[in-house]
Parts: sequence; C-alpha cells; structure tokens
Amino acid sequence: MNGEQIRDGLRKSSLLHIEDVYKRYGSKTILDDIDLSVASGEFVTLVGPSGCGKSTLLRLVIGQEAPCGGSILMEGEPLGPPTPERGVVYQNYSLFPHLTSIENVTLSRRLALQPWQWHSRKKTILEEGMHYLEKVSMADHAQKFPAQLSGGQRQRVAIAQALIQKSRILCMDEPFSALDPGTRESLQMFLLELWEETKMTFFFVTHDLEEAVYLGTRLIALSQYYTDDRNPEAPRGAKIVVDRKFGPSDHAVSPSVKSTAEFASAVQEIRKQAFDPHYLQHVTSFDLSHPMSWVTHNAGEVAGEQPVQPGPGR
Amino acid sequence: MKTPKLFGLHAKPGGWFGFFLASLPFLLLIIVYMIASDARLAINPNDKVLPSFSHMADAIVRMATKPDRRSGDLLLWSDTFASLRRLFIGVGAGALVGLMVGLNTAIFPGLRAMSRSFLTFLSIIPPLTLLPILFIAFGVGETAKVMLIFIGTVFVISRDLHLYVLQLPKEQITKALTLGASDLAVTYRIVLPQIMPRLIETTRLTLGGAWLFLIAAEMISATEGLGYRIGLVRRYLAMDVIIPYVLWITLLGFLLDWLLRLAVARLYPWYRTGKE
Repeated sequence: MNGEQIRDGLRKSSLLHIEDVYKRYGSKTILDDIDLSVASGEFVTLVGPSGCGKSTLLRLVIGQEAPCGGSILMEGEPLGPPTPERGVVYQNYSLFPHLTSIENVTLSRRLALQPWQWHSRKKTILEEGMHYLEKVSMADHAQKFPAQLSGGQRQRVAIAQALIQKSRILCMDEPFSALDPGTRESLQMFLLELWEETKMTFFFVTHDLEEAVYLGTRLIALSQYYTDDRNPEAPRGAKIVVDRKFGPSDHAVSPSVKSTAEFASAVQEIRKQAFDPHYLQHVTSFDLSHPMSWVTHNAGEVAGEQPVQPGPGR
Repeated sequence: MKTPKLFGLHAKPGGWFGFFLASLPFLLLIIVYMIASDARLAINPNDKVLPSFSHMADAIVRMATKPDRRSGDLLLWSDTFASLRRLFIGVGAGALVGLMVGLNTAIFPGLRAMSRSFLTFLSIIPPLTLLPILFIAFGVGETAKVMLIFIGTVFVISRDLHLYVLQLPKEQITKALTLGASDLAVTYRIVLPQIMPRLIETTRLTLGGAWLFLIAAEMISATEGLGYRIGLVRRYLAMDVIIPYVLWITLLGFLLDWLLRLAVARLYPWYRTGKE
C-alpha cells in the first residue's frame, strides 16, 4: 500500500481526520501542514512548548476558528462551526456564571426544548443532571454558582456538563492547568476512570509533558523546533514532531507509573524532541511511530512548496 | 502597633467615628448655610436669597399639603408624579431599546458592521441640541420631553452593553454552540440573562443624565413637574421653594439609585460574587 491509499483509507475510517491544515495570523504561521487521524476511543494528548499552537489546533477541531488551508473531517464529513458532536472543556469559562451547577449541567437538555416544554420535562432532566453531578462527586454543590466553587470543583462540573451531551469527541484545553497538584492528580485519575467507563474519544491539550504521557493512549507533540529543506531562517509554524502510542489502551493506570524508569525516559525523550529549541530534527526523522500516523511530506513539501494555497477561510 | 483612626494609609475609621466622619461634611455645609442665612436676615428680614430653615419647612409643607388655588392639586405630589412618569417612560424605553440594540449588534457581525458608525454618530449628537427639533416635531406635550430622555439615555446604554457583550469570553459562545444552542438561543438564552445586571447598573448610571434632560425640558415647556416648578418660582426668587425642591429631587435620585442597586443584588446574586 502506498501513502495515498493509506490516507484515503484513514480519511474514511477515522473519527477525526486532519489533513494538510495550515493556520496563519497575519504573516505569522502557527500551524504548518498538520496531518492527523484519530480513531474512535483514543485518548489523545497534545503537548508542545508554549506558543506552538496546541490550543489553536483544538480551536480548529471544535470549529471556533477556521483553518487557512487543508481539511478537517469527522467520519469523512467536513467540519464547520461548533456543533454538539464536539464537546469542549476549557481551562476557564466552561461554565456560565449566571447558572448554578445543576443548571449548567442540564443546559444542553434545556436548550433542546422550547421554554414552554420545560415544565413537563423538568423532573426527568433534573434527575439526569443530578446523576451526572453524582458521577463527578458534585451532587452536594448542585445549587451553587460557579463563583462559589473552587477551581477543581468547577472543572468537575464542566466535565459533567460536557459529558451529558454525549458528543463524539470531547476536546479539553488545559483543563487542569490552573489547579494545585493534589486536585490535579485526583482529576487525572477521575478522567481516566471516566474514559475507561465511557469509551469516549478524548482530545486533551496540555503544556505539561508528564500529564500528557500519563493520561494519553496516544501522545502528539507539536513543535516549532525542527528543520527542513527550506531556508533555515524561514519562519516556521509548528508541525507534529512526535506521534506515539502509549500505555495499555483499555484501562486506567495508577499514578504510580509516573515513578517508573520507563515513564521517566519517555518523558525525557519527548522533552528533547519537542521542547528543546536547540535540538532540531529534520522533518524526515520525526518519531511518528503510532500505527495510525502517516506522513505526507513528499519531496515538494519538504522543500517548502505548499500544496494548499492559503486563502481567507477554508 | 496602634492602628491610626484618621491619618495615613493604614487608617481604619470604623464604628461611630466612621459615621461621624461621614456626617461631618453635611454638618459643616448646614452650619455654614445657617451662619450666612442668619447674617443676611439680620440685615434684611425680608431677604429671599438664603431663607431660614423654618421658612423653607413652611414652604414645603404648604406645597405638600395645601391644594393649589388655581388647579386644586397638591403641587409637590403632582409635580413629583408628572416628573417621575416622564423619567420612567423615557429611561425605561431607553433601557429596553438600548438592550436590544447593544446585544444584537454585538452578537451578529452583520448587524455590527451596519450599525457601528451610525450609532457612534448618533450618540455624539448632544441631546439638548435636539430639544428644539423635538418640540417642533412632537409639539410641546409629553412626547417631546420623553423623547429627549429616551435619546439622552438609549445610546449610552446600547454602547455600554455592546462593549460588555464583546468582552464576554469567546469561549462561552463556542461552548453554548457545542451544547446545541442555535444563534438565537445563544443571544437570548445565554447572553441576555448574563447582561441583565449590567443593564440595570448602566441604567442606574444614566439616571443622572436623564434627570438633567428631564429638568431642562420641563423648564422650557411644561405645565407641571419638578423642573417646571423650579423654573416658575425662580421668577419670584422663591428660594424657600427652590432649595427644598432641589433636595427632594436629590433624595428621589438617591432612592432610585439604591433601589436599582438592591435589585441587582437580589435578582442576580451571582453577579457580585463573580467580581470579588
């Protein structure tokens, strides 16, 4: 099978398929030809040095912004502005400040109704909402507003709010980055258990490499630190420099793996490949060992000829 | 170390002393007025410029309890009622229209592109310069006065809410869309409830301007109203009526301000907790 056939196969079979995606702001290139296929049920973690465009890629996936070139498909269909099939949890602002926890969690259910239908469906919806709040251990805080909750509690409610929607893929943008280490670890465990239980597809952006290695069944690293056959001074956007399969892909792992030598060496290796500005790999030598990873860097692309002309919008 | 009560950065003027400090400027003002009034009255007992307190009390009791010889109304109350009615209709309409315009032009880029320059242009016209046009267009009745208050408040409110909506995190709108909200649901079920307390606060701040337009319009053309009465009795140098009227208007303004603040705290408890 050649590259074309693999790509066509992935385009149809993947849950999420990103191909030749560019993103520029003015003259600055952020994402420089991104290719990625995500299968259903994967826990994908996306890391990279600050400013590499991790969050930009997540915004493209959920449709908050449009790519300047390339295509983003879900099960073969092109994606547009945000829809319920892609859920999202942000570091902040996931919860609406004027709604209590239970109102936030049941919001998607209430939005599906006309205001006059609310009364007859109220009981079922509130029961379902409480069920989800119990799942994230927040049932005692159902009547509180987000401002009355701690950071960790807010993220629990935000996860429940996104879960109830049963989206195809749940995108998370640094959801635990503002939390203290203890809360963070307990939420990491919680998220893994949840993933094991629901078999949902997670797309998790973080700047914390250990978190990414610990959580993901697949780790993607974006980085602007690489070299290719273009002029060495040419401004480069980030590419996927690491795409690796990690951990047992079917069950949650205890945090004790973090202290194993294997874990430490993986972290160190990826830190060098993605986070070290002086370690410049050539595009042809990236560690893209994940079975679903494929490379479209043909000779033309390596030389810097872009296959897709960027235009306004897609 | 002893915490200073009055001087320095670390002073904590609390309790009765704090209350005393708060009343001090008021007491001083009253004392200065009394001295000046006494001095003038000692020279000329019929002086009208700085009437004594008892004189002012007599005048205001007369305005509040004795029917007017000509109309049979209790003037203080009929004036208050007429003025508040104009104020409420004008400001209420300004708040409602300002809310809808500010909200929709902030959410929908098409409307924003169409309205931004035009609204800025309209909002820069000094409303008082429109007063002659309003009198010509709507006559000297109620409509012109209410319109002046409306025009004087609607642009401030709509621009403020417009900017406020633009400051809401973009993530919220994306989030609402991922929860299945339509464009209209985002606007009226997600954003609108969030800006209601801001609407009340903005309205509260525009009330000062609204009073200005109300009094100005009433002084120029009216048959009753607080501003009309002040303008009327000015001809007779009736400071014994003017000063209590000014204090009364101040008190009304203060009460309205307090009520609106109370409304925000009661109706939208999440609004303040989010800011602290």
